[in-house]
Amino acid sequence: MTNVQNPISFSVNGKPVSTREAADTPLLWFIRDNVGLTGTKFGCGIGMCGACTVHVGGRALRSCVTPISAVDGGEVTTIEGLSSNASHPVQKAWSEMQVPQCGYCQSGQIMQAVTLLSDFPEPTDEIIDAVMAGNLCRCMTYPRIRAAVKRAAAIAKEAQTHG
Amino acid sequence: MARIGDVRHSAGNLTRRSFLIAASGAVAAFGFANYASGSMALPSGDEIVPEKTFEPTIWYSIDGNGVVEVNIIRAEMGQHVGTSLARIIADELEVSWDQVRITHVDSAAKWGLMVTGGSWSVSQTWPIFSKAGAAGRQALIERGAELLGVPEAECRAREGKVVSGDRSIDYGTIVKSGIVRTYTSDQLAAMPTKPVEERRLIGRPVRALDIPPKIDGSARYGIDARIEGMVYARPVLPPTRYGSKVVTVDDSDARGVKGYIRSIVLDDSTDTVPGWVMAIGETYVAAMRAADQLRVTWNAGPTNEVSEKDLQDHGAALIAEGKVGSILDTGNTNTEAVFGRAEHIIERTYTNATALHFQLEPTNALAFEKDGIFEIHTGNQWQSLILPTLAKALSRPEETVVLKTYMLGGGFGRRLNGDYAVPAALTAKALNAPVKMILTREDDCRFDSVRSPAVQTLRMALDPNKKVVAMEHHAAAGWPTEVLAPFFMPKGANGIPFDPFSINGADHWYEVGAQKVRAISNDLARATFRPGWLRSVGPGWTNWALESFMDEAAHDVGADPVEFRIGLLKGTGRNAGSAPNSVGGALRQANVLRTVAERAGWGNPLPDGHGLGVATSFGQEREMPTWVACVAHVSVDRATGNVKVERLTSVIDAGTIVDPGGALAQAEGATLWGASLALFEGTRFENGQVADRNLDTYTPLRIADTPPLDISFVDSREAPTGLGEPPTTVVGPAIANAIFAASGARLRHIPITAEAVKEAIQP
Repeated sequence: MTNVQNPISFSVNGKPVSTREAADTPLLWFIRDNVGLTGTKFGCGIGMCGACTVHVGGRALRSCVTPISAVDGGEVTTIEGLSSNASHPVQKAWSEMQVPQCGYCQSGQIMQAVTLLSDFPEPTDEIIDAVMAGNLCRCMTYPRIRAAVKRAAAIAKEAQTHG
Repeated sequence: MARIGDVRHSAGNLTRRSFLIAASGAVAAFGFANYASGSMALPSGDEIVPEKTFEPTIWYSIDGNGVVEVNIIRAEMGQHVGTSLARIIADELEVSWDQVRITHVDSAAKWGLMVTGGSWSVSQTWPIFSKAGAAGRQALIERGAELLGVPEAECRAREGKVVSGDRSIDYGTIVKSGIVRTYTSDQLAAMPTKPVEERRLIGRPVRALDIPPKIDGSARYGIDARIEGMVYARPVLPPTRYGSKVVTVDDSDARGVKGYIRSIVLDDSTDTVPGWVMAIGETYVAAMRAADQLRVTWNAGPTNEVSEKDLQDHGAALIAEGKVGSILDTGNTNTEAVFGRAEHIIERTYTNATALHFQLEPTNALAFEKDGIFEIHTGNQWQSLILPTLAKALSRPEETVVLKTYMLGGGFGRRLNGDYAVPAALTAKALNAPVKMILTREDDCRFDSVRSPAVQTLRMALDPNKKVVAMEHHAAAGWPTEVLAPFFMPKGANGIPFDPFSINGADHWYEVGAQKVRAISNDLARATFRPGWLRSVGPGWTNWALESFMDEAAHDVGADPVEFRIGLLKGTGRNAGSAPNSVGGALRQANVLRTVAERAGWGNPLPDGHGLGVATSFGQEREMPTWVACVAHVSVDRATGNVKVERLTSVIDAGTIVDPGGALAQAEGATLWGASLALFEGTRFENGQVADRNLDTYTPLRIADTPPLDISFVDSREAPTGLGEPPTTVVGPAIANAIFAASGARLRHIPITAEAVKEAIQP
């Protein structure tokens, strides 16, 4: 279905975009092919692997099953817009713990972990397991993801204390 | 008997070629002359620009700033392979790690066998990179001494400098001053490498070079490749893998999809993708949706009604038919006589379901012709295997096809088979335009080269003293190597070729007297699907059967499962091991077994419903053994049959550990893969196709299912072997054996379901 009425407008990593692409175009492919940001990945297409996770208004969301019409007027953040120089506490922790193997799911894991920590600044294993349950890692870096989420919590806390 | 190790080395890069060091401008290249010039004398002074005089295999270069660039022919798919391999050179060369860069090269004939699999990368590269680094250091010391005007014997190399007393000259300066040196293959073979005590990088923790771009979204995978003017494609897959012919294509509905361009029926002379129809769109969304709207009719191929049960039944029938199959040379294969007079015989059959690779990046490729070269942009594990097929499909010389290298969003063996590059190339040729093909997840699962379902029957003969006097292992499965790389198939003792990757593991290091290992190709499997190499390949099923069976045998004779195995790992005769890779032989397997039993508290009392199970393996192949033992601790809910893995303890002896961080990461992932294949994932064929095609019904292990892991490595100075696969295969049997210990339920099929456990629990 072609969107012949008003364009759909939202921001991606702070930059405004406006499009007349079909309203039901998945946000994932719009981000990858129209905006040209490829850090957000295609894994399953049914919202069950989490590789396509982005933030909309600060909330984690599966972009492969989200039509662009659903984010009209919203603020979309992708892995590329999370921080400059990979300086977000979650990214720092991911580096320290050497989490990624193939890395394909890790943009989604990181985006999901960021919202996890904003909701639960001191997460337990149970909370981590529950919130990260939707993010598949085929290399099975799960032990390191658990450790890195906790490490990120500690880094964020240190930054608050000293900042 | 010709074994895989022989084939590997003859096809690899350990050839009798001179090692050349030549400076061109401000960069010195270190590498091998090509085959033709291997016998040539020293290049003369005006012939030192490598590209102009020959096509050498350049393993690394040093520039005027002393930066070392190491060429990596192996694919990066999560194993941090460049980090591991570059450390071998950097350590011998005596340079600081911050001066090292890696380049993952595109395909080219000069690299020889270009493959990333078999857990071979470090093991195969170790001898050549050690020598190449040592030769470079030696040459730099010679030239540095000359420039400093001091005797060579007074110089040593440290941190990218040649040092003599309080004077030094850095590598960059030496390179700028010019350096030319040739070592004959004999000189290179005799080149001493550093004593273990002087290693500065190998075995030390390091941050992997490939990780930073995997944290900020900048890593480039095949799916991210793009070029101006490309169109997008998604296939409509035929009802069978082979033999389906397109009858009609009706795109009247597809034409209603915005951005739909057209459809194409592929004409494939290589029979890689018979019966494929491609939907072409201006965007991927258009191609994806148009493919759903294309109405295609086929004359279906002959396997369109094959079920999982058909495949399993056919395997069992082949085993029962005594004459078929290849008998491996295990010394004394005459088991019939021993079984005929045996006091006691144990016989069991084990099966495993079809399993998917489910690498998270669906298969894809970007293809186009540019300046007379057909470029294929995609992640791939075995470039030199698919190139001839691509050349044939495109009707052009192989040297005009190049596979451009990208990171892989998971390999696990799926991308050893580069079949997915063919439809993209054919479509680009048909359209005379750049084509970006992406399979949806469902397409990818249907097109997967799955792990074959296998049927295995094991037999053991015991004498009146309960001593094992003979053993047989019969295994029937679809053989990937038979279909994709038959030149890798050695002949068995009965002259019949076999796929070593589909039977490795059955030729174990236990001393059992007469031993028959019989490998059978399941021809119905081969006709129905393209069998795949899936992480560990054959050992994924042979160890499942063997180590379950050893446990059953131990219980049958009333022995402790650990002691029973150790009693058979004597390390004598053909199990004594040999240099370079298997020094110590079966005694090293006994050692990991003892160590893991101790670490896991084997024999300690456990709560009701809990149990420990053990399994051990030598990894992928006898020529490159990685000794692994695992103890699984599980609890079983008798009412529901639910199994919880409480802990997995593994001890691994892979010789020298080059990159400890990467090694542990591989072992963690492999161990969890083993648990996933044992308890969480499996599919079945229905009407010639896999039934599970996405995560709604195909359910690999997730974070909440992840048990605590205790993984340790044996401290060893032996040659490094492999790590990506070996820790996988012990986990399934260890879990099944633990379920038996916890509940008395013996499971002989993976994946193990709660229903199967409940049913197997004796009331």
